[in-house]
Amino acid sequence: MIEQIVFYLFAFVIVASALAVVTMRNIFHCALFLILCLFTVAGIYVLLSAEFLAVVQVLLYVGAVAILMIFAIMLTSKLAGREIQMSNEQTFIGTFLSLIMVFGLVVSFSRTIFRLSDEVPPSESTLAIGRLLMTDYVLPFEMISVLLLAALIGAIVLARREGN
Amino acid sequence: MELMHYLTLSAILFSIGFFGILTRRNAIAILMSLELMFNAVNINLVAFNRFINPGEYVGQIFAIFVVVVAAAEATVGLAIIILIYRNWRSIDADRVNLLKW
Amino acid sequence: MLNNTFIIPLLPLFAFIVIVFFTRWKEKLSAGISISMTAIGWVLSIITMIQVVTHQGEHAVRIEQAFDIINFTGFRLELGTLLDPLTAVMLIVVTTVALMVQIYSLGYMHGDPRFSRYYAYLSLFTFSMLGLVVANNFFEIFIFWELVGLTSYLLIGFWFEKKSASDAGKKAFITTKVGDLGFLLGLLIMGMTLGTFNYGEVFGLVEAGAISGGLLTLMAIGIFCGAVGKSAQFPLHVWLPDAMEGPTPVSALIHAATMVAAGVFLVARCMTIFIASPEAAMTVAWIGLITAFMAASIALVQNDIKRVLAYSTLSQLGYMIMALGLAGFTAGTFHLMTHAFFKALLFLGAGSVIHAVHTNNIQEMGGLSSKMKTTAMTFIIASLSISGIFPLSGFWSKDEIIASAHNHPFFMVIALLVAFMTAFYMFRLCFLTFFGAPRDQEKYDHAHESPKSMTMPLVFLAVLSVCAGWVGIPWLKHGFSSVVYHGHPHHVEANILLMIISSLVAVSGIALAYLMYYKKSISAEAMGRRFQPIYKLLYNKYYIDEIYDAVIIQPIYWTARSLWRFDAGIIDGLVNLHATVTIWLSKVKYWIDVYIVDGIVNGLGLVTGAASSVLRLIQSGRLAHYLLVILFGLIVIGFLASSNLLNWAFLEVGIH
Repeated sequence: MIEQIVFYLFAFVIVASALAVVTMRNIFHCALFLILCLFTVAGIYVLLSAEFLAVVQVLLYVGAVAILMIFAIMLTSKLAGREIQMSNEQTFIGTFLSLIMVFGLVVSFSRTIFRLSDEVPPSESTLAIGRLLMTDYVLPFEMISVLLLAALIGAIVLARREGN
Repeated sequence: MELMHYLTLSAILFSIGFFGILTRRNAIAILMSLELMFNAVNINLVAFNRFINPGEYVGQIFAIFVVVVAAAEATVGLAIIILIYRNWRSIDADRVNLLKW
Repeated sequence: MLNNTFIIPLLPLFAFIVIVFFTRWKEKLSAGISISMTAIGWVLSIITMIQVVTHQGEHAVRIEQAFDIINFTGFRLELGTLLDPLTAVMLIVVTTVALMVQIYSLGYMHGDPRFSRYYAYLSLFTFSMLGLVVANNFFEIFIFWELVGLTSYLLIGFWFEKKSASDAGKKAFITTKVGDLGFLLGLLIMGMTLGTFNYGEVFGLVEAGAISGGLLTLMAIGIFCGAVGKSAQFPLHVWLPDAMEGPTPVSALIHAATMVAAGVFLVARCMTIFIASPEAAMTVAWIGLITAFMAASIALVQNDIKRVLAYSTLSQLGYMIMALGLAGFTAGTFHLMTHAFFKALLFLGAGSVIHAVHTNNIQEMGGLSSKMKTTAMTFIIASLSISGIFPLSGFWSKDEIIASAHNHPFFMVIALLVAFMTAFYMFRLCFLTFFGAPRDQEKYDHAHESPKSMTMPLVFLAVLSVCAGWVGIPWLKHGFSSVVYHGHPHHVEANILLMIISSLVAVSGIALAYLMYYKKSISAEAMGRRFQPIYKLLYNKYYIDEIYDAVIIQPIYWTARSLWRFDAGIIDGLVNLHATVTIWLSKVKYWIDVYIVDGIVNGLGLVTGAASSVLRLIQSGRLAHYLLVILFGLIVIGFLASSNLLNWAFLEVGIH
């Protein structure tokens, strides 16, 4: 019961903050709401008994990506200076199509019959995930490391000022 | 809690993200919307892992990978945005119409 | 040497190649190479001759060496040498005269800008002539035959800056080609009917009767045509007098001693064929007789020293041909040899005179004997020899020729008449040139004896002119006739009566010339006036050149002009009409191209452009637009999939 209440609370916060992210005029406020949204998603992960992922979410998204976003905003708009027009002329049709997509997705989910499992998830998932990452999923793990390295170098190359 | 709740949540989140991409002009805002969509996907993955195959963690591992890829994507994307800003003095995505000949 | 005859022709070829490619810039060296190679060939020829003469055996030497150049079954072309007494005699004649002429040319051609080229040509000629002599089959002889004709052309036209010289070269080349065409036809008949060109095989087949009747006569006449052209017999004799435009040593070598003798040599070579065909032999004899008489009569009145000698050559060649036609193989060959020596001497002597006075006209000479003792002496010796004065070489050979006509009284009479004329015109030449008062004082004062290099060959040839005939003295046991013969040797009986008659004829000819041109007791001008028509006829050489001009050349010109008019009027008209029609058609096509074809292409372009300008509105270049379209499409597909309007089986797979 408490779990349900918590879920609905989180869900409300997620949807509201997400809507704020996509509709607010001040890009800096958008970023702040994004942080809220991501933080709440981490809560959802805890509800789904994925503690390790929740921690990763907080560290990576809230701690790194969001900060990166704020840096970019500060670099581009001179510290949330004058506002630029945030939305384009597709607002109406975008709303319409998004609603249709929500509807379609929900309908197709509800029509689908999933083979649900009654198993209770083990409480200590972090150890198991760590072990899997180093054994069965070591190759994707290494590949993702290379990807990160490539992204790092790419970002440096792209963003550096020429001549420096 | 049923799986369906989570799926609905992720559907709504995904659509909101998509709406943001469609309507926002600020490139950074588009990037944010993209992050929302990534999160929607991740919720889906973790929910499926929890309710269909709780003992194997496959969904969680995939979600980790997605998070890392999203981080990488955000890094490169922001670098590109800064580059565009330097060249155009603007990050209005609608003015960046290089795809048009 | 008997087995290495092939070396002799190759020596001058070597000289030719070396001169042309290496020493052309060094005149003295070129001449030296040419002369030394010919000298080696001369020595080798003498060795060969000695070996042939001393050959012990029932039959004369006959050594044949050959290798095949083409060998089909049943047909074979070979390249080789045939050495027999006739070849040996010709080798001696050719190398001797060639050597003398080359030495003589050192002085005569001194300072000529194309000195090296001259010696290269002489070497090439010597090579060709020797190759012709040693050939062992008709195909090979034809090749060298044409090579000789080519070098003759080159040397006649050596001073090609002179229009008359280059014209004479062309005339000689074309006229002899007429004869060569007949030769070629004869060879074709031979190749088709007998299937071989080898001398021995051909003669064997002819004797065996493999070819007979009209075809044999045709073949023989064809071969004789070649001889007529090369030896300048009537009616193809017109080129030889004109060929005197070439350098005088060349005239001596080619147009007196060797090349013109090639025709005689060919007839002698083919003796078997002419014996097998009496009609052809008779034709040969008649042609020889006509030429001998006609040329001698023309020579009576000519004033150009070289032309007199040229007609004399024609006459003597006619003599030889006549003798061969009357089966006098030995006589013809013998006279060929002796004539080569004294006629070469005459030409070289004439060259010496021309060198001194710079004119060919004997009417401008006179009294030169006091200034040019050697030349005059040798010239008179040669004149005596050709006139047939005992015991010079011409006496013996001429006697044999007249003797060979003993069965044909008419031939004999004419031959004696020709002998008389020969003596007369030769001494007319001598007296006008060397004796009497100088008729052109300026030229007389300018005259001088020629250098040693020119007089030495004269003396050497004078010796030969005296002695060469002695090998054929009838009383000799092993004379010329026991070596050079056809069939089996027949010893010529000395005909004392004939000798006396011919000597008388010769002496009377000389006497008449003495009276007319030295003593002036008989006025030449009066004679000329009295026999005005004959004089004019002879002076104009029987109008043969004019007849050829009227009968052959003018019609050809006329035909050519008509053809030209036809060409210009009708064919060009057709071509122009065609061109006009083409231009008109092209204009039509141009219109079609511009308005229809281009219209279609441009229209396609315009339509595409218009359609594109509509479609390009969709392509905004904005990602947001594209994403919208993608989403729209995704929703449509999802709707279709979920509403079962489409039966998408693959979506069912994951649904349970």
